[in-house]
Order: sequence, then structure tokens, then C-alpha cells
Amino acid sequence: MKNGSSVQVRLPSELGFEKVAMSTAASMAALMGFSEDRIEDLKTAVGEACINAIEHGNHLNSSLGVGVVLSTSADGLEVKVIDDGAGVSVAPHVPDIDRKVHGEEDLRGMGMFLIQRLVDEAEWYKGPPGKSFVRLLIRLDKENE
Amino acid sequence: MQAATRVTTRTASTASGSSATILAFSGDISSASKDAILGAWHGLDGQARHVLLDFTGVDYINSSGIAIIIQMLLEAGKTGTQTIGIFGLTPHFQKVFTMVGINKYAALHKDEAAALAAV
Repeated sequence: MKNGSSVQVRLPSELGFEKVAMSTAASMAALMGFSEDRIEDLKTAVGEACINAIEHGNHLNSSLGVGVVLSTSADGLEVKVIDDGAGVSVAPHVPDIDRKVHGEEDLRGMGMFLIQRLVDEAEWYKGPPGKSFVRLLIRLDKENE
Repeated sequence: MQAATRVTTRTASTASGSSATILAFSGDISSASKDAILGAWHGLDGQARHVLLDFTGVDYINSSGIAIIIQMLLEAGKTGTQTIGIFGLTPHFQKVFTMVGINKYAALHKDEAAALAAV
């Protein structure tokens, strides 16, 4: 696969369609030679990013789409997930299982944490409608670590 | 568009000679799974002392689905008498469950035999 190749997917803002982006990311990562365990990490991160875009960015509004842009480079595979929301300005919350199990913390809200832990780079950008996105990167040079 | 979650309930004998209730999941574990999973869990009515969650037939888990499992742990903790174990997760989801700390409240086992041996 050539560096600079790009694939774009547009998802309806309906839960379940994140799997389309996950499958696409997995296919591209496999073509680039990423190992199976790193592909699984990427799939979960992409899925969580799409779910956040569908639920929190686009508020499940079926008239809005979620853009997913997957780009190859010499460094690795970059995935941007773009929605119509205001974007995220806070750092991912680290879940506290003790507080959750004791009913002191929302049981949900683990998506951003998982994204950050499962890929090599994760950045959230705020922008006007249609311009807020999360950018994920898995690096080829981490493949054998 | 989310795939359905199916839950089947059965019992098995543990290595110590007691009985364990196994909730076997299949399909997806997501926000759409809440009624299926919590319905089966509440159907046990707190009577099962040892509960094992079987993920062998699960194709997909996301963070909203993990939150439902944590809900079960929260409710089991309130009874003070129930233990929950987990088996059948792929290595990837064993890692994910460990990342969020579920292994602190529910032991993760490779398969049913290992889970039953640990009860």
C-alpha cells in the first residue's frame, strides 16, 4: 500500500454503524502489516471514537453524518473521526473502578480513556459544526515493541 | 442497527462442590444489551451465590456494554454475598477489562473449566 493513501467513510449517526468504520480501519491496518493485537486495539479505539461522535457530537441526529478519514503514511495509520458537535476540550477522564462499583461515579464515560490507552496518539480538536474531530494514530515503529 | 444480545442461563458444579450460575452471552454487548443482561441478572433475584459470565459467544463489546457489567458488580457488591467471575473473553478484551479495573471485582478466567476450578 502506498504512503498517502486515503479512504473516507461517512456513517449515519446511528449506533451500530461504528462497526463499518472499525472494519475499514482493520482492513487498512492489515494491509499495512500491523499485528492482530494492534488491529484489535485500533478497532476498539475507532469504535469508541465513532460512538462518541454519534452520541455526543451529533446527538443521534439521523440527519447528520460522522466522517471517518483513514490515511496511511510512513509513520503509520491515522484515523480522523469528524462530527458536527462543539468538540471536546477536557482531558480523558481516568475511570475509577472503586467509585463506579460503589455508585459514586457515572458507570459510563470510559470511551476517551480507552481510546487514549489503545492507540499511540489521540488528540481532540474543537471546531465549528462539521470541523470537530478526534485524531488517532497507530505507529508502525511501535509494531515490534 | 445494533445486533441483539442473547443471554442463556445454566448451572454447573464447581471444583469445591457448590453450584455456580452461568450467564452465557452471545451477540453484541453494547448499550442495547441493557435489558437482556440486567433482565437475566435480576431474574436470579440475588439467589445465586456464585455467578459466572460467559463471553465465549460474544462478537463485540464497547464501553457502554462494559458499563452494564459494572452495574452488575455494583449490585452484587450491595448484596455482600454474591461473587462474579468472568471467562471466555478474547485476549484483547481481557486487556480492556483490566484497563478499566474490572478484574479488581471479578476474576477473569480463560475458560469455563478454569472459572469453575477457581470457585
